[in-house]
Amino acid sequence: MMDPRQYDLPGADVAWCPGCGNFQIMESLKEALAELDYAPEQVVLVSGIGQAAKMPHFMKGHFFNGLHGRALPVATGMKAANPEMLVFAIGGDGDMYGEGGNHFLHTIRRNPNLVNLVHNNMVYGLTKGQYSPTSPLGLVTPTSPRGVTNVPVNPLALALVSGASFVARAFSGNPEQTKGIIKKAVLHKGYALIDVFQPCVSFNRVNTFKWYKDHTYDLEEGYDPTDFRGAMEKVLEEDHHALGVLYCKERPTFEETLGAYARDPRPLFRRERSEQALRAFLEERYG
Amino acid sequence: MQQFPRKGNRDVSIVLCGAAGQGVQAVEELLVRLGKNLGYHVYANREYMSRVRGGHNSTAVRMAASPVRALVDRIDILVPLGPGIRENVLDRIDPQTLVLGDMKELEGDLAGRTFQSVHLPFLDIAKEAGGAVFANVVATAVIAGLFADTPEVLRPLVEQRFGAKGADVVEKNMAAVSLGFARGQEILRSGVCSFSLASSGSLEDRIALDGADAVSTGALAGGCSFCCGYPMSPATGILTFMIQQGERFGVAAEQVEDEIAAVNMAVGASYGGARAMVTTSGGGFALMTEGFSLAGVTESPLVVHLSQRPGPATGMATRTEQGDLLFALHGGHGEFPRAILAPGTLEEAFFCTRHAFYLADRYQVPVVVLTDQYLMNTYYDLPLEALDLESLDPHIVETSREYRRYEDAEDGVSPRGVPGHGEGLVGVDSHEHDEEGHVWENFQLRAWMNSKRIRKIEGLRYEALEPTLIGPENYKILLLCWGSTRSIVEEALENLGWKDAAVLHILQPWPLSEKTLSYLEKAGRVIAVEGNATAQLCALLRLECGFEVQEKVLTWKGLQFSVEEVMEGLRELSSKGERES
Repeated sequence: MMDPRQYDLPGADVAWCPGCGNFQIMESLKEALAELDYAPEQVVLVSGIGQAAKMPHFMKGHFFNGLHGRALPVATGMKAANPEMLVFAIGGDGDMYGEGGNHFLHTIRRNPNLVNLVHNNMVYGLTKGQYSPTSPLGLVTPTSPRGVTNVPVNPLALALVSGASFVARAFSGNPEQTKGIIKKAVLHKGYALIDVFQPCVSFNRVNTFKWYKDHTYDLEEGYDPTDFRGAMEKVLEEDHHALGVLYCKERPTFEETLGAYARDPRPLFRRERSEQALRAFLEERYG
Repeated sequence: MQQFPRKGNRDVSIVLCGAAGQGVQAVEELLVRLGKNLGYHVYANREYMSRVRGGHNSTAVRMAASPVRALVDRIDILVPLGPGIRENVLDRIDPQTLVLGDMKELEGDLAGRTFQSVHLPFLDIAKEAGGAVFANVVATAVIAGLFADTPEVLRPLVEQRFGAKGADVVEKNMAAVSLGFARGQEILRSGVCSFSLASSGSLEDRIALDGADAVSTGALAGGCSFCCGYPMSPATGILTFMIQQGERFGVAAEQVEDEIAAVNMAVGASYGGARAMVTTSGGGFALMTEGFSLAGVTESPLVVHLSQRPGPATGMATRTEQGDLLFALHGGHGEFPRAILAPGTLEEAFFCTRHAFYLADRYQVPVVVLTDQYLMNTYYDLPLEALDLESLDPHIVETSREYRRYEDAEDGVSPRGVPGHGEGLVGVDSHEHDEEGHVWENFQLRAWMNSKRIRKIEGLRYEALEPTLIGPENYKILLLCWGSTRSIVEEALENLGWKDAAVLHILQPWPLSEKTLSYLEKAGRVIAVEGNATAQLCALLRLECGFEVQEKVLTWKGLQFSVEEVMEGLRELSSKGERES
């Protein structure tokens, strides 16, 4: 087992508010990686824009901090170029389920072997308190003065019906459990969604630490995560939310189904195009 | 008796047309291969409607003893597979045009026009051969009968095309070939027309391909190992090619949910060490512009194949235009270096796409290969040796523990590491960032990093491809063009016979070669020929060189210029010039 401190980034100017759930999520991630013996050089953190998406600037690893909503396609491209790397796509509920909603659906269908870590605090932090795709009905924010009227996205249900091969929910207030879920997601071959509940201490006065404590529970012993219908039933529960791996069933990943890897497992940058092969092709096809 | 080629021409121009679904495209491919096998240089281009069935599409094929590369209006032989011929074809019929088809069916279409004809009910002949489905093969065979000695010349082509469907299907097609071929020979015997087209001998060292495949194979030569996109005419051919050849050449290729995903996925793949390309048209590029800008700030090599069609918005999906030059130049927010290459020939389509990978990797910038529907759907033969297949240096370094992705560099180009290659960490950011790729809001850092990126334009400019001068060096008139119109302008000038005029083709619109201005200043008159309404190259020259092009021949109807159209435009300007002087 490696030391989780090797992921610390000295001198990082952490921009999160004191008490923010992001601190615990990042610590759970570092511990999970250390326990699985991953060195920072083997890990790629891809993110978009938002408070959660700043994580790659606060811990060690390769990173691609891209555009708002676009972490998943970037992470997919990274994985397609080099399936040997452990890739995370990290962001908040606005980033992944709002701006990146279309990518969320189609990345799940595509099933690249990566971990999609979504910090879900049901509100916009970086832009200061507007409602997010997961804000509960009635939440009063600067852009919903009469309360949110858009029905909130149910990311886990959406993931399940889109064919996700791994669906889990965690809570930043339970770091030990979160770490365990991240480890399972890393070991899972295929797309893995972890929706992490997290309080926003600055902008969400409804979904507080206490609210999450009161509205979550651990999956019962003997729960069968391969039972799709059982999982669907769980994720549709309204007032109390199960924590743990709700669904897990492997299927072929995006990378393994690409023609480029049918005969050659090497990352794309390690290959060279053969002039002879190209000449033969031109003669055969166009000659 | 009608003689082909007509007097003053060196080629025979054959136009086939029919409804979508009648197999016009299959005929085009068979005729190109047939012509080449018979020792003729071949040119083909198709225009088609944005529909799967019905409508009326046409393909123009020119055969000659010397290379032919341009679109002409003249139709020597018109082969309508059925009625419904559209105006853009009908208006090109002249008294010497020989129409081969079911003259009863075509009566309405052709009413009031003067032409030669031979009654050939393709459908009836096809049914005789076993079914209406063979009508297009019968038509191909009729043409083969005009040029070849035996129907067997078509056998290898039929086998190639239908072999996968079984020997039975091949034989049925060959039965249709025999019937059609006999009709073709009958036309010659009856003395309606005769052909005196010299064969140029063996064309074995030449290949025949279209623009889409020239771009695709050029990408392979450039080392392309990742390609994605969302299907959009006229750029889809490259995506299809890459997906189908992905296994053979080790290209990870994927059809994705939208163009936003496409460009971001390609930038992600590029970050991961792949040589990435997206292929799209104007509307798709509009969606890609934020990701294009991302490639700029993250300094990710990226090749964008942008195949133009008429806009704005959906415009005309299957038609052509040169309307996106300034969009390619300005697309993407913020300031960052880029390059734009605009091939005029198929050799250049191959060369420019390969070169785009070189520039993208060498300078870590996005590079646009700007083509259009016309070039994508233009076929002709060219010497294989004209294509440079040598593999290119990917410009990737193995990283050390101290590696910093954006380490300052004199020419602005920091050594490019990729995750998993060496001991270092590779960090990139869409925000303004420090040398390690981390975001800091620091104005000095911003000024420094932005200058580092902007500086790369100097190298790009230094290496910019010079414009191509075709014609005498001591020209007085310069015909200026860019992109796909090159061969058309060349042939127009050849036909006009203006001895003191030359063609200047801008192969790289951005950054412009510094020699461009001297070419322009040397001319007494510069006439721009562009396939758009606002003369975008002229605007670019004004912006970049302060040079004002006074005379323009423009088209924006959705179809490529024909040689005749360019000649007419130039003649008009010429007579106007004489009147004024």
